[in-house]
Amino acid sequence: MILYALYFAFACFGIGQLFCLYRVVFAPGVGDRVLALDTMAINMIALTALFGILHDTTMYFEIMLLFAMVGFISTVAYAKFLLRGDLIE
Amino acid sequence: MDLAGEILISAMLVIGGAFGLVGSYGLVKLPDQMTRLHAPTKAATLGVGGIMIASLLWFGFFGERASWHEFLIVLFLFLTAPITGLMIAKTNMHLTWRPDELPYPGEDMHWATFGDSADRSLMDGDADLDNTERDLRE
Repeated sequence: MILYALYFAFACFGIGQLFCLYRVVFAPGVGDRVLALDTMAINMIALTALFGILHDTTMYFEIMLLFAMVGFISTVAYAKFLLRGDLIE
Repeated sequence: MDLAGEILISAMLVIGGAFGLVGSYGLVKLPDQMTRLHAPTKAATLGVGGIMIASLLWFGFFGERASWHEFLIVLFLFLTAPITGLMIAKTNMHLTWRPDELPYPGEDMHWATFGDSADRSLMDGDADLDNTERDLRE
């Protein structure tokens, strides 16, 4: 039962990644691109967690933490760059 | 006991997956820039929270032992999602809205990205003016 639920969640987040990829490529504004990239990082964290459950290993937790931090910092850096034209004033 | 654990983990996985899918679909479906901000910052974050609870339960029931790592990741995501939303909303406002389209903010107040300091931002290339103003204020 867990296996099928796991496959369902994999499918959901995989389709979500495709939606985000579509939004990155065909975006009406640059803010949407940044938002889609941030969502891709969040979805990737979920996919990594699902992969860890599937293979029954705790090895991926550090990867998830790093993904969360780098995704957040890169999003804030993009937004800051668009707002001010510079990162470190 | 095992069956209850399986049902609980499966339910969390399905709920998390559904929320994640809704969050990413909203990014494509919703009509305008500011409403599109809502779906990923709320629904997708909640979906990841569900998946993390499922992972915690899985390692508690069937793995070696439950750990605090998932809580750490969920805490970090829930703390950073509103900040991300705020920054992108300010970016949208700054890039696509004009100051006279916005509601009146009140006496002696201004919208964050349209104040005096924004006029002197480094985008315009006059960094010297910015520095002198800052020196005068100090």
